[in-house]
Amino acid sequence: MKPDDESELTLHVDGLACRRGSRLLFQNLSFKLTSGHILAITGRNGIGKSSLLRLLCGFLQAEAGSVSLSAADGSLHDLPDYIHYLGHRNALKPALSVHENLDFWRRFSDTPGLAPEEALRAVQLEALANLPAGVLSAGQSRRVAFARLLVSRRPLWLLDEPTAALDKASDQMIGTLISDHVNDGGFVIAATHLPLTLQIEDERRASFDLGDYAAKTAPLSPGVFG
Amino acid sequence: MTGLSALFVNEMKLAVKSGGSAMTGVIFFLSLVTIVPFAIGPDLELLSRIGPAILWIGTLLATLLGLDRLFRNDVEDGTFDLHRLSGEPLELIVFVKGVAHFVTTALPLVVSAPLFGLFLNMDGDAILATALTLLIGSPALTFLGAIGAALTVGLSRGGLLLPILILPLTIPVLIFGVAASYAYTDPLLGFRTPVLLLGAMTLFSLVLSPIASAWALRLNSD
Repeated sequence: MKPDDESELTLHVDGLACRRGSRLLFQNLSFKLTSGHILAITGRNGIGKSSLLRLLCGFLQAEAGSVSLSAADGSLHDLPDYIHYLGHRNALKPALSVHENLDFWRRFSDTPGLAPEEALRAVQLEALANLPAGVLSAGQSRRVAFARLLVSRRPLWLLDEPTAALDKASDQMIGTLISDHVNDGGFVIAATHLPLTLQIEDERRASFDLGDYAAKTAPLSPGVFG
Repeated sequence: MTGLSALFVNEMKLAVKSGGSAMTGVIFFLSLVTIVPFAIGPDLELLSRIGPAILWIGTLLATLLGLDRLFRNDVEDGTFDLHRLSGEPLELIVFVKGVAHFVTTALPLVVSAPLFGLFLNMDGDAILATALTLLIGSPALTFLGAIGAALTVGLSRGGLLLPILILPLTIPVLIFGVAASYAYTDPLLGFRTPVLLLGAMTLFSLVLSPIASAWALRLNSD
């Protein structure tokens, strides 16, 4: 099933629990998120924000609960096909140039988006296109990793600390890109403890503290976002 | 399909650009072939007799040398996560990476083997036979090795463990590869049987290894 931008998608997370090793990180996590909304997940280090994102990607097995993606007509879709994942690591090959890195992800994708040049312009790095990715600073690498989300189109962005290592100007720029994506009908889940600079109406924004679902607490009623 | 061909091109580009992956193996192979006469002594007849075996052992060891990098870089820099989300089956991704790895590391060994055969005083027929069996059998070495590379990808010192895991699996390939090389020049031995078995092992590993490697990578990557 190919991602389709036209239809409204809803992500259902139902009673999710995550165990890493012998430790239960969180449980009874339920929420809904529909296209055109952004969900920010906060919480202290080690609470399981990254694990939650990896769980949604299908890299980890859920201890309990289920995750599904449905379209407006009720049809279910294969969630990983719709996800753009920006993890801690930027997935850049140091030996290849910035342009080659992005060009590969564009060709590798089944739903190509912007040309590498345009994506680099969007993250204001067009001048570095021909440099090897290995010489970039941490912040520049992060911006190139963000440009990867633009060279192929997928509706659900899972962002893990998207603005760590970024300066104030880049922080705003990334905020604009995220806002554009959400306002264009995409949806975003961001695990972050830095507030994002977004231009999105308040009713399309939600956030919760994953600490509220930490395993030691009693089960909570599900939150509904979007 | 276009995604997988893009992956193949990218893997080839990376192998060339990240420097010397092909050459490291060939130079290791060369040093191994060079030290053998020093160890054996100046017995040209003995040298030419054990030549095919030396070339096979050299190829086997040089193949193992580069395997550590096959999946490790991708897992460490996060590329592997994105491969998993690509919608392409992980088995096919592993297969494509394996083929690219074969072309960039094992094929140069096969190509340089005839030259190194001259160092070992092998005659034309023996060189031809060895090069031919290496060409048929070396994909099996790469693809069996890929299983080891996938299994050890989560271990920081996996580079040392990999040959220990994989060498026993490659022994049948070695046996039939060397047997076929000798059989080609010896009218008393049949060439057909060992070479067919060698080909069968290559085909078997081409199918089995992507499945096993993808399974090991999934286990290792959470």
